[in-house]
Amino acid sequence: MLTRRIIPCLDVRDGRVVKGVRFAGLRDAGDPVARATAYAEQGADELVILDVSATAEDRDACARTVSLVRKAIAVPITVGGGVRTIEHALRLLEAGADKVALNTAAVERPDLLRELADLVGTQCVVLALDAARQGGAFWEVVTRSGRSRTGLDALEWAAQAQTLGTGEILLTSWDRDGTREGYDLPLLRAMSARVGIPIIASGGADSPAHMIEALESGADAVLAASIFHDNDTTVADVKRELAAAGLEIRP
Amino acid sequence: MRASIVRTGVANTASVRAAFERFGVTTNVTTDPGAVRDAELAVLPGVGSFGAGMRSLRESGMDAAITDRVRSGLPTLAICLGLQLLARESDESPGVRGLGVIDAAVTRFPDGVRTPQFGWNRVQPSAPGPVDTGHAYFANSYRMTTAPSGWDAAITDHGGPFVSAMWHGRVLACQFHPELSGQWGQRILERWALAEEVSSC
Repeated sequence: MLTRRIIPCLDVRDGRVVKGVRFAGLRDAGDPVARATAYAEQGADELVILDVSATAEDRDACARTVSLVRKAIAVPITVGGGVRTIEHALRLLEAGADKVALNTAAVERPDLLRELADLVGTQCVVLALDAARQGGAFWEVVTRSGRSRTGLDALEWAAQAQTLGTGEILLTSWDRDGTREGYDLPLLRAMSARVGIPIIASGGADSPAHMIEALESGADAVLAASIFHDNDTTVADVKRELAAAGLEIRP
Repeated sequence: MRASIVRTGVANTASVRAAFERFGVTTNVTTDPGAVRDAELAVLPGVGSFGAGMRSLRESGMDAAITDRVRSGLPTLAICLGLQLLARESDESPGVRGLGVIDAAVTRFPDGVRTPQFGWNRVQPSAPGPVDTGHAYFANSYRMTTAPSGWDAAITDHGGPFVSAMWHGRVLACQFHPELSGQWGQRILERWALAEEVSSC
């Protein structure tokens, strides 16, 4: 039986881990290799590295960070943030990413997902989808770190992405990101009813209880940043609580 | 000691290389069948489809080099699609002949289980060997359901039992990614590369 995955996320800028609230107000949260190594030792099942840098020079720095983290840890690494071309995706895979997450560029040109999947396989292609709740059962896809509203229905976009060759969906609630108010559970329920590929829940975790709720609402994996970076809890502690709640985990 | 990693298409080899280099085995990535034939350790990774993988091996002449190594029992490690390429055929690419060094067919996971299988699943060996009981990282839609005769195997359940690893002498084939399976996977690579005796205690 597949276990539920706990995935710490490193937002990286200029070779440092940073963290913000609703994608803004970034503060320093340490060295990426040290963080990644600690999380892997605690039992992290995967790691996500999101490049939140603003310039082309920083993007090269991110590939270097990926390469350093790759050498240090032996669990899968997904890298995303600002990936706009196949060439850029391949450069990240070359640097040591196992999967690449596409966001804004895929919304603007959905065939990018298919082209990447044809080249490297669906297991390497992750759709990073940022969804903003618009009332009722409608979530709108937002891009450019939340600055652009697209009018797209998040559920429809995810279903289309699945057809194009996406292997997994990294589903971030824009409303909850960094707020520690818990994951958007209705979004997770609606999404897991709509697509058959694994869903990584992101945005809003403050406690193992939030993670259990998300996993019981259709998420296959849960992603968190703040609670691990602030040393409020460890991956090992979270896994103990998940196991106690009867969820299958990798010990 | 050096491991030669077969380049198949645009497969990402950074994770495999990093895993070997962590315990002092150097690596090179090659498309030269002669180099693979003579390599101390050879690794057949593989991401992508069965059909594309076979095409790449045939075009480079690598198919014969791998087949010879496996038949002669030379230290050879096949990972994920690499394992499947050893078989006769696969549901993924009907009509494409595999290396056929193992008399088995590769089939798709049944309907009703998450496909692809993405994530960590439990591995249970049915004989002592390089693979212990533990959790491994998988990313696959196809698998082999019975081990070929003469091979020992480890079994995992995903919509029914399937072969998650099999070994015969110094040839080891893993459906999971040992290089992404944490400390547990790292130990498998070390045992295979360094030919450690299996402890009987």
